[in-house]
Amino acid sequence: MSVLQEVKTLTINGREASARGDETILEIAREHGIFVPTLCHLHGLSPVGGCRLCLVEVEGANRLLPACTTRVGEGMVIRTDSDRLKGYRRMILELFLSERNHTCSVCVSNGYCELQSLSRDAGITHVRVPYRYQRYTVDASHELFVADQNRCIMCTRCVRVCEEVEGAHTWDVQGRGIEARLISDMNESWGDSDSCTSCGKCVQVCPTGALSEKGKSVAEMSKRKQFLPYLTLMRDKWK
Amino acid sequence: MTKARVATVWLDGCSGCHMSFLDMDEQLIELAGLIDLVYSPLVDVKAFPAEVDVTLVEGAVSSEEDLHKIRMIRERTTVLVSLGDCAVTGNVPAMRNLFPVKSLLRRAYEENAAQPVAALSNDVLPKLLERVRPVHEVVTVDVYVPGCPPPANVILNTVRAILSGQPAQAAVNSRFGM
Repeated sequence: MSVLQEVKTLTINGREASARGDETILEIAREHGIFVPTLCHLHGLSPVGGCRLCLVEVEGANRLLPACTTRVGEGMVIRTDSDRLKGYRRMILELFLSERNHTCSVCVSNGYCELQSLSRDAGITHVRVPYRYQRYTVDASHELFVADQNRCIMCTRCVRVCEEVEGAHTWDVQGRGIEARLISDMNESWGDSDSCTSCGKCVQVCPTGALSEKGKSVAEMSKRKQFLPYLTLMRDKWK
Repeated sequence: MTKARVATVWLDGCSGCHMSFLDMDEQLIELAGLIDLVYSPLVDVKAFPAEVDVTLVEGAVSSEEDLHKIRMIRERTTVLVSLGDCAVTGNVPAMRNLFPVKSLLRRAYEENAAQPVAALSNDVLPKLLERVRPVHEVVTVDVYVPGCPPPANVILNTVRAILSGQPAQAAVNSRFGM
């Protein structure tokens, strides 16, 4: 038995739990019905710990740790729901809402958006920082899909599903920090992409209205993410 | 029991929040027993009165006129409620913030007009602010009610909570968008 498969015992929100050594804090939380909010994480894709919504407190650690990329350890004492964490999560969501132009009322994903529903669950009633109101591009050059950078939160789910599952690597990230943005191929129009197979996986895993199917109007773009765990499971099985 | 003095105002919005207010239907009768509507687009009062207990604000702050109004309303109101996404976030009116006011006016009143008017040198139109802003960026807001529009029962529960002295923000369970 490898070290990673050894059983670890730990405490999460005051409850005793056991987990395999190769499990993450997020996995063990979800197994125990403990809700930890996530945006960049998606079951079936490699975790990147980018959105910071899943930060948790681990006793003895000198900083907060992302639950999606942190493996459980023997004797860990984890808290997922302190007032401090809730405050940080609200601030992160408000920064997302202020950074680009998330006009929920006229968005294709109104009613289906993970940013929108997490904001409501976090009790966000207004954004305390000023909105940036910067202009972003809308790329409707693809025959089937639209990429609206105004709604993008740089979670990179599309980048990962395209590379890890579809194997096309059409999407990537250009620039750093607040200048970072999604590009297709060598920063060409999506419609001109040679690598895109038009499979639509990126659209279905996108948590907001940034990627959508052409022809969808306001509040019509529901996403179907269910395919992903099955697809990766079957792929691993036949490897 | 004295009735609460309640006002509603309509800044830069589509009046949809006021429509949602009217969607309370028969519950408006219950509400009428609790409040005096002292100023509103729904009643024929010309000037915003002094000493208002609760004001519901629909719409973002978009022009010099809006700015003047909301400052005056804040002074005369005990509990100011930001009602709906335009008041709370800027929403659709704030989509113009991506363009300079000059090019906006040119597009609306000159390039796309059948009978162009010189909007830039016009002193009849209220002067637009360079940026549309949510109400709380301009004055202190006491209660936020997001939604486009907030459902009628959310508006009713919010007003009820304020009038009964309960924590009103806790009564709000709407979200941005629909």
